[in-house]
Amino acid sequence: MGTTVKLELKNLYDDFRDPATIKALSALIHEEAAKLDRDIRIMEVCGGHTHTIMKYGLKQLMPQKIRFIHGPGCPVCIMPKERIDHAYILAMQEDVILVTLGDMIKVPGSHGSLQDARSRGADVRFVYSPLDTIKIARENPDNRVVFFAIGFETTTPMTAAMIARAEKLELKNLLVHVNHVTVPEVMRELIDSRDEHIDSYNNRIDAFIGPSHVSVIAGAKIYEEFPQKYGRPVVVSGFEPVDVMEGVLMLVRQFVQNRCELEIQYRRSVTMDGNVAAQKQIGRYFEKRPLFKWRGLGNIPDSALKLRDEYAHIDAEVIYGDILPIEEIEDHKLCICGDILRGMAEPTECQVFGTACTPQKPLGSCMVSSEGACAAYYKYGDLLK
Amino acid sequence: MTKTITLAHGNGGAENQALIHEIFWKHLGNEILDRGEDAALLPTLTNPAMTTDSFTVSPLIFPGGDIGKLSICGTCNDLAMMGAKPKYLSLSVIVEEGFEARKLERIVRSMKKELSTNDAQIVSGDTKVVPKGTVDGLFINTTGIGEVQAPGIGVHNIQEGDAIIVSRDIGRHGATIFVSREGLEMQSSLQSDCASLWPQVASLLDTGIRPHALRDATRGGLAAVLNEWAAANELCIEVEEGAIPVSEEVRGICEMLGFEPTALANEGAFVMALDPKDVPMALEILEAFPGCESAALIGTVTQSHPGRVVLQSEWGTRRFLELPTGELLPRIC
Amino acid sequence: MCLSIPSKVVKIDKEKATAVVDTMGVQREVGIDFVEDEVKVGDYVLIHIGFAMNIISEEDALASIETYKEILALMDEEERRQAILDGDNCEAGT
Repeated sequence: MGTTVKLELKNLYDDFRDPATIKALSALIHEEAAKLDRDIRIMEVCGGHTHTIMKYGLKQLMPQKIRFIHGPGCPVCIMPKERIDHAYILAMQEDVILVTLGDMIKVPGSHGSLQDARSRGADVRFVYSPLDTIKIARENPDNRVVFFAIGFETTTPMTAAMIARAEKLELKNLLVHVNHVTVPEVMRELIDSRDEHIDSYNNRIDAFIGPSHVSVIAGAKIYEEFPQKYGRPVVVSGFEPVDVMEGVLMLVRQFVQNRCELEIQYRRSVTMDGNVAAQKQIGRYFEKRPLFKWRGLGNIPDSALKLRDEYAHIDAEVIYGDILPIEEIEDHKLCICGDILRGMAEPTECQVFGTACTPQKPLGSCMVSSEGACAAYYKYGDLLK
Repeated sequence: MTKTITLAHGNGGAENQALIHEIFWKHLGNEILDRGEDAALLPTLTNPAMTTDSFTVSPLIFPGGDIGKLSICGTCNDLAMMGAKPKYLSLSVIVEEGFEARKLERIVRSMKKELSTNDAQIVSGDTKVVPKGTVDGLFINTTGIGEVQAPGIGVHNIQEGDAIIVSRDIGRHGATIFVSREGLEMQSSLQSDCASLWPQVASLLDTGIRPHALRDATRGGLAAVLNEWAAANELCIEVEEGAIPVSEEVRGICEMLGFEPTALANEGAFVMALDPKDVPMALEILEAFPGCESAALIGTVTQSHPGRVVLQSEWGTRRFLELPTGELLPRIC
Repeated sequence: MCLSIPSKVVKIDKEKATAVVDTMGVQREVGIDFVEDEVKVGDYVLIHIGFAMNIISEEDALASIETYKEILALMDEEERRQAILDGDNCEAGT
């Protein structure tokens, strides 16, 4: 043929949401799944994928043999209460302006959420971008502006870029409280943990839909160990409904053909190596913490970042070390988020789902952010059964 | 009249009179208001309807309108939604000390224009000036009285089998306000849909169409109206997601910020439940109004999930459309 | 994983390391710290919290779209064949 079609911005949205394509992929998945002799349980790790599955009703397009397990890929949901308390305590400091991204505002800690802190007089600002923090710091030279940084590998480089720009401008009043976490370690923990509390040996995860915007930064290579060492195929999928459907199809085909590989569905944005410039920025400012507690999952080694020692002067955990408590706080007794995150239970099986635990007053991590499995179920109301 | 409004302008004395005459009466004056009595004497109304609304929008001036336009539209539209022609309004204004007089006059001029569109009058008013910091610039309350032209329009008249129409594309006002707020630096050509709805309702009624229910989709957006209607009657409203009209620009904002268009406020769009046989005529009438070319049939009233709203996607999946909750924040992570 | 959306680059400011991008009529300024060397006006980029994360490969995007078109074409063929097998009176007899 050889006609050079020009790509329009609209195509990047519409063509990956096309109803006919979604239906066709569903038919193909049904066709392939019929050849399977067993059920397959696929974990979509990332909250964004959970959101797509629930919002577009993709579960209703799957054959019975394919089940989704909703993973812990929601950096707000997995934030331990004690660290949310850090944000609250910092916000309540007289001279501090606490800045963070949208969803953090509503997350409840022991004293309340940042929204509560704001109504009690704290200066809390939510921003769309860490770059806006620079503006706030420049406009308020007499205040200490603390950026409460959250997010996976997708978001970490932006915090790094903010620090770089602040350095260049010689800003003296910008501090960072780092809560960046990484994805492969928690995936590994779910299927191979030494922590008997996690009970990973009873996990039922057969394959992963790999977080893809994470891979835009870190590269798809970060998932290599899952097919190679753990026998779990991984397909790195985009976030539009067509992407997720094609990703599931690719996984089902692997099972039918007895393959176990790492594949990229999201070819237009994901490569094996990722964005090297972004990785360099991350490496310049951050290093791994030996341990980090994930709400509902316990301590996971090498799963989070902290500022390197030479940046202790902008590390809020160091500067405010004497007022930030480190005791761990237990989750609510009736909360079964840990089980939900490992695929051992569905939100609807939780005693307090939708009653004592709702998005307005969440008890556990899965309900806390709109990306969490429980919140997604609550919002989109499972109409299937 | 001085350049800024001072506390003296609320004193009931000379400065107050200056404020009333030189800014309010100058633009809004009419036979009843000009009498300057403590209360307005109104002629007998056969089927009166009354409504009240307060306006605290920020920013005060936004693409497509301002708080003045909104304060008239909002109240007149509530009357229109009951099939009542807006006639007499009261206007209460609370101004923050230091407010620019010119800005206030601009806002009052917007009110005048909108009153004219509704063929309604301000017949009673009140002005207060409060110290700096006690209100955010300007708060307005309008109370409106109208005359019902077509009785029987109301939420409890919705029946199984009714068709649901939306008068134009949704989400414009909410999206515009969000973009106009400080701290979210974006540029777009988006404008609020803020508009008076009585002309459209009058046109529908003139052809003999009797809608079962009308409601403007203000705070809470389309999702709120549909859920309220479904809950009030223990009926189900089934909506074709693909039929809901949304403009490209609103889609763009929603993509960027993670909103659903159905949760965003509208100030010039309404929802109508009516007999299906009236749908083609109703659409034809609405489409003739500027801005409403996108009027669309979006759903039907059924019994399938009483009290709920169901969205049917274009690829055959279904989900519930819930009432929006919480403060509207960008979904980031 | 987080909300990241495709946008088109309309203007680049190398000095400030920013670009103006357009998403269906909404324009915003974003940081280009991670795509500085390669980004050009007209490129499509993924935006995440105020930064361009990468440059979207038009070639791969078009290839994916082409794949979907082929799937749909095949489905249509199948449906037509099945309809004939089912004994429907198909006048479209090619």
